[in-house]
Amino acid sequence: MTILIKHGRLIDPKNDRDERVDILIRGDAIEKIDKNLSGAAADRVIDAEGLVVAPGLIDVHVHLREPGFEWKETIRTGTMAAAKGGFTSVVCMANTDPVNDNKSVTEYIMEKARAEGVVRVFPCGAVTKGLKGEDLSEMGEMRAAGAVAISDDGKSVRNAQLFLKAMEYARLFDLAVICHCEDDALGRGVVHEGLASLVSGLDPVPCLAEEIIVQRDIALAAYVGSPVHITHISTEGSIAIIRGEKRRYDKVTADTCPHYFTLTDEATLTYDTATKVNPPLRAASDVAALKEGLRDGTIDIIATDHAPHDATSKDVEFNLASSGISGLETALALCLGLVEEGILDLKGLIRKMTVNPARLLDLPFGEAAPGKPADLIVFSDRAEWTIDRGAFLSKGKNTPFHGRKVRGKNLLTIVGGRIVYSDPDFR
Amino acid sequence: MSWTHKDLLGVRELSREEILFLLDTADSFRDISRRDIKKVPTLRGKTVITLFYEPSTRTRVSFEIAAKRLSADAVNISTASSSVVKGESLVDTGRNLQSMRPDVIVIRHSMPGAPHMLSRILDCSIINAGDGAHEHPTQALLDLFTIREKKETVDGLKIAIIGDIAHSRVARSNIFALKKFDTEITCCAPLTMLPPGLASLGVKVTDRLDEAVADKDVIMMLRIQKERGGTSYIPSIREYASLYCLNEEHVGRARKDVIIMHPGPMNRGVEISDAVADGPYSVILDQVENGVAVRMAILYLLSGGES
Amino acid sequence: MERVLLDEKAVERSISRITLEILEKNQGSKSLSLIGIRTRGVFLAKRICDKISAVESRQMPLGVLDITMYRDDIATLKAPEVKKTDIPFNVNDMTIVLIDDVLHTGRTTRAAIDAIMDLGRPTRIQLAVLVDRGQRELPIQPDYTGIYYTAAPEEEVFVRLREIDGKDEVVLTARL
Repeated sequence: MTILIKHGRLIDPKNDRDERVDILIRGDAIEKIDKNLSGAAADRVIDAEGLVVAPGLIDVHVHLREPGFEWKETIRTGTMAAAKGGFTSVVCMANTDPVNDNKSVTEYIMEKARAEGVVRVFPCGAVTKGLKGEDLSEMGEMRAAGAVAISDDGKSVRNAQLFLKAMEYARLFDLAVICHCEDDALGRGVVHEGLASLVSGLDPVPCLAEEIIVQRDIALAAYVGSPVHITHISTEGSIAIIRGEKRRYDKVTADTCPHYFTLTDEATLTYDTATKVNPPLRAASDVAALKEGLRDGTIDIIATDHAPHDATSKDVEFNLASSGISGLETALALCLGLVEEGILDLKGLIRKMTVNPARLLDLPFGEAAPGKPADLIVFSDRAEWTIDRGAFLSKGKNTPFHGRKVRGKNLLTIVGGRIVYSDPDFR
Repeated sequence: MSWTHKDLLGVRELSREEILFLLDTADSFRDISRRDIKKVPTLRGKTVITLFYEPSTRTRVSFEIAAKRLSADAVNISTASSSVVKGESLVDTGRNLQSMRPDVIVIRHSMPGAPHMLSRILDCSIINAGDGAHEHPTQALLDLFTIREKKETVDGLKIAIIGDIAHSRVARSNIFALKKFDTEITCCAPLTMLPPGLASLGVKVTDRLDEAVADKDVIMMLRIQKERGGTSYIPSIREYASLYCLNEEHVGRARKDVIIMHPGPMNRGVEISDAVADGPYSVILDQVENGVAVRMAILYLLSGGES
Repeated sequence: MERVLLDEKAVERSISRITLEILEKNQGSKSLSLIGIRTRGVFLAKRICDKISAVESRQMPLGVLDITMYRDDIATLKAPEVKKTDIPFNVNDMTIVLIDDVLHTGRTTRAAIDAIMDLGRPTRIQLAVLVDRGQRELPIQPDYTGIYYTAAPEEEVFVRLREIDGKDEVVLTARL
């Protein structure tokens, strides 16, 4: 099957390309990219006039909830949401039930993804068995089964000695180590320690809870000589630490999520559980520091930490509500806000969601060049729309952005030469 | 002026004028409690449900008496013996209650935001009788009523609030309410019980009791929240009492006409000595009486009809 | 369009006449007291009280009554402002003269009677009004009346008093 995408503005950061071209896809790969291919015969022609074409986005932090929590999300619905959001590859975290700490669960996920998923799924295995923080998981076997990284995301590995060993062991298999940095005692609260917690009476989480573990995990990694990736950073202090450490040790990378640079802790004052997330939404000064960190490259990657939840687990008192935001379908629009504000240009933004994630995980994706896999998206950076959680393909409707007017929408997603998502209003 | 709020979830969202209007209204209702026939037909036929997820005698009884003195029907639900024990969620409890068409639900809950949840899903008026460490608006209002009664005005006063401020909804509500007037507030507690950034609310902060009480018109003591995780913030009640228990010597440092307040129930010998609690400056029992009047006023103002 | 039913002098004369009638009817009563119904009844009561006190050379017990809590339409209203009731004497075994500016449906008087009954057991309650405009909805009659005028439903009767409105007069206006 051949697909011709014509007249689109192709932004391919890997090859430093930003120009109006036509793209011809044959089978599962990109065959040709040229100024004018309108003569070429194709089974499907897509007119991308006025639109942007980019490599499919890669999300390094997603919760697909399967196996074990299928009422919140399945690999099928999660990947459909990813496709709608413009993501052609996702890394799914290990806090499933059973925990993905061995090859059987990894194989299960890979098989489900093959059979029912619509985008590429790369499992992230647990660091410790059962996420208990006591014994190392079978990383080698998980790697062989398809895992690309390890993380005890949801929490930190409390035992520093054990985490040290985990990082050493992971090097054998070239597994990326993704760190959720949170001191569990300091992090026991539910909102940011600041004016919002002062006024709302909700238990606070000081920035310190994140920062001391960021410092620790980088120190451990440097000691071992292992690459380390800090995920969902939220504080000014974390940025400063990472910025400083990167000067000394070049194997540190970091990501943040759209909600951390779009909302502040003020959003939690209404006790709306859609704003409950871990780490919590922070103060305006942290948001400003995150934007600066995105601008100067301290933050390499933007991920979603897509955390779908059923209504029942959110429709309770704030203290009891599950943490998390269903973010795959709103990410692109919120990220384009950074371009609008002048924090990043389009190429820089796309780089943080394609090239950099691919490099972290050593994946052969995130690039739009002849011979490369045809993972592409076509999006409008201008289309205005209102976020409607009722229209989400994800089972998780938990978003604080419902009703928000945004600009920028993904219209078409192609994975391996197959169209997996097409906006109903797009030809 | 007229009352436009459907609920009373906190004092922070009230204006100074609204607070004064409420206190003026409470003044008339207090007279009812002081005469032989302690009843008026004003809320006849209205149903008031008190839904208490945390134990309380004084606040619950205060609301019940307030409702009954207005001729409303008062129904009490304390969750130790209710469907909540069987695992019913707050949302379901609320919806079930709404089917019985109450006019007002008074809720006390251990978690901040619970009354706000009910307010979002129910049509009837919701009164917050205390939600975790967030607010206890009727307490602050009756405290203000008491202060105004004893001092004639709230403006120009120096007030000390002493105790576990970090976990106290009474402290928060009082700070919010008093800051709408021209007051100087000093908060005092061991550092572990003072939330970071407290000064940003416009209050002075100290961890020394003798400094806090100096030259004050009003001293408000808070109870040690033994049930709200109090023990990891102080090594022992005994040590706390040795440093922060208000005694006559401290009262002597305040102004000559100081009034001593406490929301109750008191831990005698812990935050306040017997001599002070029962002494001539204590207005603690007035607070209790005023509580009924203030709650009558709130029930009255929230129960209005449509026109 | 306003029509003056009673001008300043006529109002003063009515109040004087009511005062004399009260004294005559309750001859020598040691247990006489006045209660004015908010808002304008209070000023009328004060004037009558001053006049009686001058004649009898003793201070007449005078009370102020706010009937908001006892209104029969309270359930349909948006919490009207409650003002202070101040009756500084014991109503038990007293002859109370309730004083209001306008008597119309009779509901205000009913509410006032209920309010007083909750304070004790007076010997008797009498009613004095400046204007009785008819259209009763309850079986209530005044004992003392300044002027009786059957207003049509589309007409409105207003009492103005100098203490609050700047001048004394009773006017009739057509309701628009």
